[in-house]
Amino acid sequence: MTSASSNSCDALVIGGGHNGLVCGAYLARAGRKVLVLERRPVLGGAAVTEEVFPGFQFSVFSYVVSLLRPEIIRDLDLPSHGLHIVPLESTFNPLPNGDYLATWADAEETRSELYRHSPRDADAYQQFGRLMQRMAMAVKPLLDISPPDPASWRPKDLLAMGRLAKHFRDLGEKDFHALVKLMTMSSADYLGEWFESEALKAAKSASGIIGTFLGPRSPGTAYVLLHHYMGEIDGVFRAWGFARGGTGAVSESIASAARRFGAEIRTDAPVRRVLVKKGRARGVVLDGGEEIHARTVVSSLDPRRTFLEMVEPADLPEDLVEAVGRFRFRGSSGKVNLALSEPPNFTALPGDGPHLRGAIAIAPSVDYLERAYDDAKYGEFSRRPFLDIVIPSMIDPGMAPHGKHVMSIFVQYAPYHRTGGWNDQSREAFGDAVIDTLAEYAPNIRSAILHRQIITPADIEAVTGLSEGNIFQGELALSQMFFLRPAPAWADHRTPVRGYYQCGSGTHPGGGVMGASGRLAARAVLADGGS
Amino acid sequence: MTTSGLRTTPFHSRTAALVRGQTWRRWAGYVVASSYDLVHDLEYAAIRGTAALIDVTPLFKYRVRGPDSAALLDRIVTRDVTRCALGQVMYTPWCDPEGKVMDDGTVTRLADHHFRLTSAHPNLRWLHQNALGLQVEIEDETSETATLSLQGPAAREILVRLADQDVTGLRFFRAAPANLDGIPVVVTRTGYTGDLGYEIWVQNERAESLWDLLVATGAPFGLMPTGLLAMDVARIEAGLLLIDVDYISARQAMIEPQKSSPFELNLGWTVAREKAPFVGQRALEDEREHGSAWAFRGLVVDWDSLEALFTEVGLPPQLPTTAWRTSTPVYADGKQVGYATSGCWSPLLKKYIALAHIESSHAELGTEVALEMTIEHRRKQARATVVKTPFFDPERKRA
Repeated sequence: MTSASSNSCDALVIGGGHNGLVCGAYLARAGRKVLVLERRPVLGGAAVTEEVFPGFQFSVFSYVVSLLRPEIIRDLDLPSHGLHIVPLESTFNPLPNGDYLATWADAEETRSELYRHSPRDADAYQQFGRLMQRMAMAVKPLLDISPPDPASWRPKDLLAMGRLAKHFRDLGEKDFHALVKLMTMSSADYLGEWFESEALKAAKSASGIIGTFLGPRSPGTAYVLLHHYMGEIDGVFRAWGFARGGTGAVSESIASAARRFGAEIRTDAPVRRVLVKKGRARGVVLDGGEEIHARTVVSSLDPRRTFLEMVEPADLPEDLVEAVGRFRFRGSSGKVNLALSEPPNFTALPGDGPHLRGAIAIAPSVDYLERAYDDAKYGEFSRRPFLDIVIPSMIDPGMAPHGKHVMSIFVQYAPYHRTGGWNDQSREAFGDAVIDTLAEYAPNIRSAILHRQIITPADIEAVTGLSEGNIFQGELALSQMFFLRPAPAWADHRTPVRGYYQCGSGTHPGGGVMGASGRLAARAVLADGGS
Repeated sequence: MTTSGLRTTPFHSRTAALVRGQTWRRWAGYVVASSYDLVHDLEYAAIRGTAALIDVTPLFKYRVRGPDSAALLDRIVTRDVTRCALGQVMYTPWCDPEGKVMDDGTVTRLADHHFRLTSAHPNLRWLHQNALGLQVEIEDETSETATLSLQGPAAREILVRLADQDVTGLRFFRAAPANLDGIPVVVTRTGYTGDLGYEIWVQNERAESLWDLLVATGAPFGLMPTGLLAMDVARIEAGLLLIDVDYISARQAMIEPQKSSPFELNLGWTVAREKAPFVGQRALEDEREHGSAWAFRGLVVDWDSLEALFTEVGLPPQLPTTAWRTSTPVYADGKQVGYATSGCWSPLLKKYIALAHIESSHAELGTEVALEMTIEHRRKQARATVVKTPFFDPERKRA
C-alpha cells in the first residue's frame, strides 16, 4: 500500500485531527518532510463532517468554531483552501413560561430585548461585555506562548514569568481583582454579581460548563466564560460561527494547505506505538506492523494515549506517569444529530425567523442547569439536560437535501461513567430525554425527525479515540490549565522522550478547535532544530 | 417614483419592505439599500457562501446600435471592441485625450450592431461627441432597464432552476438572452464581488416579478437580499476599483495629480496594443514605453504590528466593521510614498486589507510600507506589505 518513500520522513504526526494537521502544515511549511497518520478513513478527528444519513451532512462532533486562531487562517491561507466561517449572530433561549430570551447581532436590538426581562440587566450587559473583553485581553498573551512553570528556576521560565508578572501588574488593581474572581468563582456566582434576570444568568452560565464535569455553581467555571469573549479581541467580531460545509471543512482546508506545503497525509493508518530507542523517538509502528522512521514524532492524541499508550511508561519519569494517570477526562456531554423534514417551530417564537439561524439553547434557569448536573453527579444522564442547538442548514443549505434541515444538539450532562455503563438501551433512553426536552419547547420536533443519531461519551471515545469522550482531551478546569496542562514541567509541548512532542488540545492552551496547540508544538519542534 | 428628488429603483417596493433600519445609500441619483438587516455580516457571508441578490440598477446604461456601433465604442474605450464577440462582455476603462481615466464600465455585444455600455458616471455627451460622422443610434436606457446582481457560489444553481436556456454554459464575462419563467432578460456572467455571479438585466415593468422569482427560487439555496455595505467589502477583496473613491475621473479632476492613467490603476491589461486609434492612445503608448509614475496595489496590514499599536494604549484591536474610503497616507523609509483609498477588515481572510496608489519605486510586490492609522486620536503607522490583487480569487469565479 505504501510507497518506499513514505517509510521514512522528517516528522511524523500521529492523528489527523485539526491540531495534528495544523502541526503538520506548519512543519511542512518550514520545509520538513511530513507524514500525518490518521486512524480513521476520514480526516479531522472530532472536527469532521460526515454524511450520516443519505443527503444529510453533519458536523458529527464539534459543531461550532470560535477560537480557531486567525493567525493560523492567515499563515496557512485557509480561505484559499475553502475555509469560510459564517457568523452565528444570535442566541435564542425559549423559556418554560412561553417567553424567550434572545441576543442579536445588533447591540441596540439586544438591549431592547434584555430590557423586556430586566431594565437593569440591559444596562449591565454592555458593561459586562467590556469587562470581559479586557479580561480576555489580559489572558490572551498566555495563549500565544508555551506557558512557563512558575515553580521552575530555569532561566527560560524565570524570564517568561517575569514578563507575565509585569503584564498582570500592568492590568491595574480593578481588572486584576476581577481576573482573580473570574479564575476562582463559579459562573453562577460571578454572573449573579452582574445580572438579576434568571434567564440571562442561565443563558450565560451555560457557556461556563460546556465540556466540563462541573455545574454552574461549581467554582472555576467562571473562567470558561472568558473563552466566549476571546475571539472578539482577535478580529472575529461575531466570535461564534460555523464553517461552511461543517466543521470537517476546517480540517479539510488545513489538510489541503498541509498538502500544498508538501505534507503527505495517510488515512486508515492507525499507529500502534512510537518507536523509542535510548530515550529518543525513532518513528512509529502501525497496527499492521509497518514501521515508519522519523527523528521527530508528534502526537496529537490526548495525554493518556500520548504518554500511557504510545510509549512505554518505562521511558517516562514516574511523576509524569502519575500526573497523566490523574489527569481528569470525565466526558460529560453527548450529541444528538437530527435530520429534519422541517425546521423546529418554537412555541415562544413561532415560525421561521432569524432566531433559527443562530444558537438555540435550552437553559432556562441556573437551577435547571444545576439539577441537570445533579443527575450526572450521581451517575445518570440529565433527565432534563442542557441543550445547545444549531441548525447549520438554515445558513448553509448544502448540508441537507432541498428544503430539509440538519440539527446539531450538544447535550450536557451525559456522564462517561454512567451507572450501569452505556449500551444500546441507555443510548436510546438518553436520546429520548433529549427529544422530550426539546419537544416541550418545539412540539413539532417529533414529527419532523426523519433520522436521529445519538452519540454518548462512550461513542465519542470509540469513534474519535478521545479518552472518556472528553471533547477537550481533558477537562478545561483551572487545575488542568496553563503550566499544568497536561502535567507540570511538560506543558511546553515537549516530552521526556527526545524527539517526541505533543500537540493535542490536551496541551496548553486547550480545546475549542483553536489549532493553537498544533501551532505551538510545531514551533517547539522547529526551535529544537527537530529533524 | 421620486423621494425628495432622489429616484428609487423599480425594485423599491420589494427592497423597502426589507430594510430594517432605514439604511439607504445614495448612488447616482438613486437610493438603494446599504444593508437590509441591522448588521450586514450575513449579507456578506451570502456573497461568499451561498448567494446574494443586489440591486445595482443605478449603473448608467447606454444602448448603442447601428452599423458603426463597434467603431464608436472602439474609438472611446481602451480595449479592442472589434474583437468583442457576439455575447461577450468586456470590462474596460476609457480615457481623455491625455490618457487619463474618465470612467470604467462594461461593453456587451448583444447583436452584431447592438451593444450595451455601462458606466459609473453619465456618458451620453461623450458618446455623442465621439459619434460625429458615424452611423449609430445612442440611447440612455438607464431608467428603462433594471439590474439585479446575483452573486455567490450558489448563483448558478439558482439560475439553472429558472432558465429555459442553459446558463450553466455561460462563461466568465459572457452574455446571453434568457427567459426566466416567462420573464425576458439578459444574463451576463459579471459582477462586482469577484465571486461566481451574474447580472440580470430586465425591463422595468418586469422588475418586481424578477425579484420575486429570484427570491422564491433562491431562498432554499440561502439567497439573501444584500446591500451595498456587504458588496463594498467583497469588491475590495476582489481588488475592484470604485470611481470617486479609488480614482477621480479625469473629467472631474481639478488638478493634474488627481488624474490616473489605466496603467496607474493596475488596468494596463485593458489597453489594447494593436487597435485602431482611440481617445488617449498616443499618450498611453508613450506611457507604456516610458513607464508610469504610480501603481495601484493591494496592501495587507501586518496583524502583529496593528495589535501592538492598540496594545500600547491598552485596547484590543479595533477593526472597521464596514469598508472605509478615506484617503490614508502610505509611508516607506520615513516619507510618504502613496495613499490608500479604500480598506476593510476581510471577515473571510481575517486580514486588514486596503487598495492604494503607490509610487512606482515602492510598488514592487512584497515591499514593506507603513499605513497611517489613527489610534486613540493619534497618528500611528502600522506595517503593511504590498501585494497583488485580488486578495481573494476563488476558482469558481471563472470555472
